[in-house]
Amino acid sequence: MSAPHLVIRRADWFGREKDLLMADGRVLELADHDPARSFGDAEVVEAHGAVLLPSLVDAHVHLREPGFEYKEDIASGLKAAARGGFGRVMAMANTSPVNDNADVTEAMLDTARRAHPDGPFLHPVGALTRGLKGEELSPMADMAQAGCIAFSNDGLPMASAAFFRKAVEYAATFNRPVIDHCENPTMNPGCGVNEGEVSSRLGLRAQPWVAEAEQVARDCLLAEFLGLPIHLAHVSCRASVDCIRTAKARGAPVTAETCPHYLTLTESSVEGYNTLAKVNPPLRTDEDVAALKAALADGTIDILATDHAPHADHEKETEFEAAPCGISGLETAMSLTWPLVESGLIDRERFADLWRHRPAELFGLEPVRLEPGDAADCILFDPSAGWTPSPDSLVSKGKNTPFRDTPLKGRVTAHVLGGVRVF
Amino acid sequence: MTREDTPTWPHKDLLDVDQLSLEEIHRVFETALSLQEINQRPVKKVPTLRGRSVVLFFAEPSTRTKTSFDMAGKRLSADTFSLAQSSSSLTKGESLKDTALTLQAMSPDAIVIRHWASGAAQFLAERLECSVINAGDGWHAHPTQALLDGFTLFQEWGTLQGKTILILGDIAHSRVARSNVNLLTRLGANVRLCGPRTLLPHDTSSWPVEVYTDLDKACRDADGVMCLRLQLERMQSGMLPDLREYARTYGLAPRHLERAADDCRVLHPGPMNRGVEIDSALADSLSSLVLDQVSAGVATRMALLFLYLTRTEAS
Repeated sequence: MSAPHLVIRRADWFGREKDLLMADGRVLELADHDPARSFGDAEVVEAHGAVLLPSLVDAHVHLREPGFEYKEDIASGLKAAARGGFGRVMAMANTSPVNDNADVTEAMLDTARRAHPDGPFLHPVGALTRGLKGEELSPMADMAQAGCIAFSNDGLPMASAAFFRKAVEYAATFNRPVIDHCENPTMNPGCGVNEGEVSSRLGLRAQPWVAEAEQVARDCLLAEFLGLPIHLAHVSCRASVDCIRTAKARGAPVTAETCPHYLTLTESSVEGYNTLAKVNPPLRTDEDVAALKAALADGTIDILATDHAPHADHEKETEFEAAPCGISGLETAMSLTWPLVESGLIDRERFADLWRHRPAELFGLEPVRLEPGDAADCILFDPSAGWTPSPDSLVSKGKNTPFRDTPLKGRVTAHVLGGVRVF
Repeated sequence: MTREDTPTWPHKDLLDVDQLSLEEIHRVFETALSLQEINQRPVKKVPTLRGRSVVLFFAEPSTRTKTSFDMAGKRLSADTFSLAQSSSSLTKGESLKDTALTLQAMSPDAIVIRHWASGAAQFLAERLECSVINAGDGWHAHPTQALLDGFTLFQEWGTLQGKTILILGDIAHSRVARSNVNLLTRLGANVRLCGPRTLLPHDTSSWPVEVYTDLDKACRDADGVMCLRLQLERMQSGMLPDLREYARTYGLAPRHLERAADDCRVLHPGPMNRGVEIDSALADSLSSLVLDQVSAGVATRMALLFLYLTRTEAS
């Protein structure tokens, strides 16, 4: 047995005080804390009772490279991922050029490896259709071979059910799941705000929940009919949750994610034409937030994802209708979702499922439960650490968060990947 | 009115009427009443705002509102400068923020803004030192129109308390309707909205109004009917089949006023599509206050420019 080269000491592992010993990039032992134990020459990280968890997976981010490096580039995005506790991030294809061919996929992976050789790791999600135009299928065989682990038209949802069906079937040929941005674009005259009391009063073009739920229902039925997996991105409303719950009961191979902001904010966040709260799908109502939380607790929603969508300040500092949709979410995700555990809605095991085990399972990533022999991928999270997101405290280029200048509780204090500290 | 008599006006900006207390709304009306007389003089100009500069920044087409503000400013001897969307740097890709900061650097005393985006006036107000007066932002608010409408009715009736006013037409896309709902209800009126479901806002649960889709019912015992302009693009976007059907179903005609209160008054913020939103004869009838609204508009905007541009002098 190798000697440990890195040890995390006195960490809170599901309520028990543990020492995590790592060697050769793998977990050597997760032992009950022994104050008398010596670790030889190993580097020791004192956890001071911080929560130990496997490093998280974010199944939905936008890293903006190639094409929009002023918003974020792969290097800055992965740095933000490291700070946020995410060892693996799945980057959507709405770059410029679009990631709709193996050359772009390989270039993205090469950039990521050079910028962060020890991780966090990038897992490209290829475009489902060329140019995300919804007209021709992407060369998915090539792209899967190059490293795309799923396919999606995220950002530019497809209205044609018939074409979407073909895309799901073709992706399944190469064992790649399809992630759908559920929104019927023909029912959405605007975006960024829920169609309801707030939008009516502020006089804003708005997205009704039915634009999302109608497409969720379509996808649920399609997944059941085809017997093929479809993953539903950033679910935001009660009606979608109800559809998914029914579909799962019928045995449809459908899975779903929601994001921290849909669990913590409502449509009232756009009051004052706050472009930082402009996101697609939009923030909904208290009733929707409650339904999403219930769905997390009962397993209807499978995973959490950030939909990290960085934008430059000048793009958000404009008229509401002209501002782009999106929230920079990698660095605030843990702070915003750990209260689900503290409130008793879910336990730590479920939390780890939502952010790590289940996304890894859905998208074919290595399982990590910090058992001997597992990759030494872990984070320390101090639930009592207070911090305030600000342009200075965020390392992502995207400072666009509605939690800017809002004191938050809980922060990742260390991040280890393959036995190497990446933060 | 002399400057010495003027108590402090506490607001830097006018974004919507909900910023104003009932007392302040009445102060606008009283000021408009006192200034209205200037518009009847042979020489329609007083030196009240001499040396003050007002930028009319219209990033959306406008004839009557812009002319009304221009005239209001000039009659008080303010210097007015026009900036239209077509001649501004916005067409060269400049952001609203940069345009605003450029204007600010020229040190105007007020900017009157009309913009296609809801919230644009608030966006400017949060960034500029000078007064920002909202002359219509997207579908959101048109406070000076609401104030002039309220002033018109105030002059006509003396009070709006207990009056029933129907706002008819494209409510969903109307900044005039939103501001008027707010103003008229606070002045004590009962406000009704009427239009086809496609032109009503999705959720008016928090609005203090009664909503109708049947014009005959909506007109019953109404003391005033405010028709809104119908924009032709509503047909292309599937909200209406054609103008003829709209005119037959929601065009205000003399027969509707038979169900309304005696002496029911008719308003329209203009420009009017005669024969569509309103029967042409009705628009020219004694019931119509349309031209009174235009006159009241100049007086109301004079009052607002006076109050906002002299707001710090008494302090």
